[in-house]
Amino acid sequence: MGAMAPRPLVEVRDLQVSFVSREATVSAVNGVSFTVMPGEVLCIIGESGSGKTVTMRSLLRLHPPRRTVIRGHMRVGDHDILALSERAMNQVRGAVISMVFQEPMTALDPVYTIGDQIAETVIRHEGGSRRAAMARALELLNLVKVPSPERRLRAYPHELSGGLRQRAMIALALSCRPSLLLADEPTTALDATVQIQVLIMLRRLQEEFGMGVIFVTHDLGVAAQIADKVAVMYAGRIIEYGSVADVLLRPAHPYTLGLLSSTVHGQTRDAEIEAIPGSPPDLRALPPGCSFAPRCRFAVPPCTAAFPPTALAGLDHAASCLQIEAVRGAVPAHADA
Amino acid sequence: MNTEAQGAAAPMLDQPADRGGRAQPMLIAQGLKRYFPIRGGLLNRRVAEVKAVDDVSFTVLKGETLGVVGESGCGKSTLARLLMHLLVMDAGSLIFDGDPVGTEQGLSLRDLRRNLQMVFQDSYSSLNPRLPIEESIAYSPRVHGMERGQAKRIARELLQRVGLRPEYFGGRYPHELSGGQKQRVNIARALALNPRMLILDEAVSALDKSVEAQVLNLLGELKREFNLTYMFISHDLHVVQYISDRVMVMYLGQVVEFGPVDTIYAQPRHPYTAALLECRLVVDPAGRIDTPPLVGDPPNPINPPSGCRFRTRCPHAETVCERTVPALGAWNGNTAAHLVACHMAHPGSGHSRAAPAPVVH
Repeated sequence: MGAMAPRPLVEVRDLQVSFVSREATVSAVNGVSFTVMPGEVLCIIGESGSGKTVTMRSLLRLHPPRRTVIRGHMRVGDHDILALSERAMNQVRGAVISMVFQEPMTALDPVYTIGDQIAETVIRHEGGSRRAAMARALELLNLVKVPSPERRLRAYPHELSGGLRQRAMIALALSCRPSLLLADEPTTALDATVQIQVLIMLRRLQEEFGMGVIFVTHDLGVAAQIADKVAVMYAGRIIEYGSVADVLLRPAHPYTLGLLSSTVHGQTRDAEIEAIPGSPPDLRALPPGCSFAPRCRFAVPPCTAAFPPTALAGLDHAASCLQIEAVRGAVPAHADA
Repeated sequence: MNTEAQGAAAPMLDQPADRGGRAQPMLIAQGLKRYFPIRGGLLNRRVAEVKAVDDVSFTVLKGETLGVVGESGCGKSTLARLLMHLLVMDAGSLIFDGDPVGTEQGLSLRDLRRNLQMVFQDSYSSLNPRLPIEESIAYSPRVHGMERGQAKRIARELLQRVGLRPEYFGGRYPHELSGGQKQRVNIARALALNPRMLILDEAVSALDKSVEAQVLNLLGELKREFNLTYMFISHDLHVVQYISDRVMVMYLGQVVEFGPVDTIYAQPRHPYTAALLECRLVVDPAGRIDTPPLVGDPPNPINPPSGCRFRTRCPHAETVCERTVPALGAWNGNTAAHLVACHMAHPGSGHSRAAPAPVVH
């Protein structure tokens, strides 16, 4: 079996990222390991400050170099990300790995037309004439279903609606057929009616291109819509990992369970929502042991002694928790029968 | 009995008296309009206008939570600002608990704001960055003539009430707080005058889910304790379903459907409401949506479609939708509790899916 297993597209091992300033050192990511297979969609779920965006930006080395300490190992395709020269990294960005940001208005250049920006990327990585690059840009806008693409090619970002801008951003990210697409909350700023259109389109393009995708979101509904695998992050660590159905329907970590029960969907109106008490820990001074223990209703004394080891909760489903059995007992039975 | 339930030695301003009685709606808005001019050309003339709120009428009952939903640009935030008189309305009138607002005999703006307060989406920009948060909360009681020490005591009590320890947080500045904490401060600030109604404009939208749940629970407690009426504006249909008694659905500056929350969620009568509800994402990968319920973005409000504004995205649009603006009315002669602005719901409208016109005897 082992010999037959294909090689993962992305391999991250024990990634640690900290930001150093005069006042404090913020440990944003504290030992994250995961893999993404070719053609697989991994959703990283977490709240603000959980390290999900920092993890993703590390793959493109987008952090300010002098103030960031990155340790660990990251491989994407044949590229050892931390060993690449700045020049080689520039070749990887856009061609092998590309990224879609949350706010397309700040990610797109306001003084160039959409067509110019896509063509520039194509010429930069693949060469060829400007005319050919523009033809490719048109083809891409068609692919992301921008209506009247010829006109939109000559439009500036501010002339487009939020949904169209995000589509243009995706076209730009796909322009050099990357093998890994990073998407940082790409639909959070969009209306629900537009969000679902973009999610369905992303899923279709991902299958068409056979890309691996790492999708960062705080919205469990979005993860359910698009993910194959889900990693839940808390205080800079992945605390649960598994298939989307396992994690969302049969959570094994108390934090995942808490997130699910505090997400409003169809609760009775008279009952209070089961919120997670307290707030996330200060990343400048993380407590020893499990970072979630102070807010956890399942916590036992050993939880605060050392960070709990990763335990299997099923086939290809793992959680860093000593109380998996207790959490499992508390998961409400799903009415999917 | 229920006005001063906030406990021991609360020296708060008295809640303004209930003048109209229980059956009098807290707020009646009639024909509200606000057009934003677009200027351009050589002489900076008015070349077009954005019809942000276009003839909106509704009531908010005492003690209820009215949910307002719609996509960005549908005018829900402009509507909130019109109600607060933060924007001047081009047309329309407002009656607060039986008293017309802004007329000679009616309620002055100052009185309106004693009764009606608002919590905004952006928790940071709605606090003064140079004031410690307890000063921010004490500010409005001071403006309304309360002595400094007492205003501060109220501020500290409210901080305690919204779950922030005053001795620990009172002297802090807004930038030292997290998003959830800032929004708690904004809620405390809105309550400082002991108002009767709060407008919550996307008040929990920018918060993380676990914090959102905490703040929603807090809003529920405060509503009972302070005897409040809420107008809850949000784009999150799950949250609106949880918190609201009645729901108002807006599209391009107009109300398209209005009714009790359970009726609207179970049996939406407007195709836009139906599509919005279908766009709700569920936390179950088996419930994936494969075809988008609506295509395209909302049209530009500068130049809205003729007739029914939704017709360009509506799967059932016919010629009548292009020609006639559907009125907001009870559907198929049903009770007036559930209003809808769609030709399909109105008998004799000429739409092929509408019931025939009732026979007049």
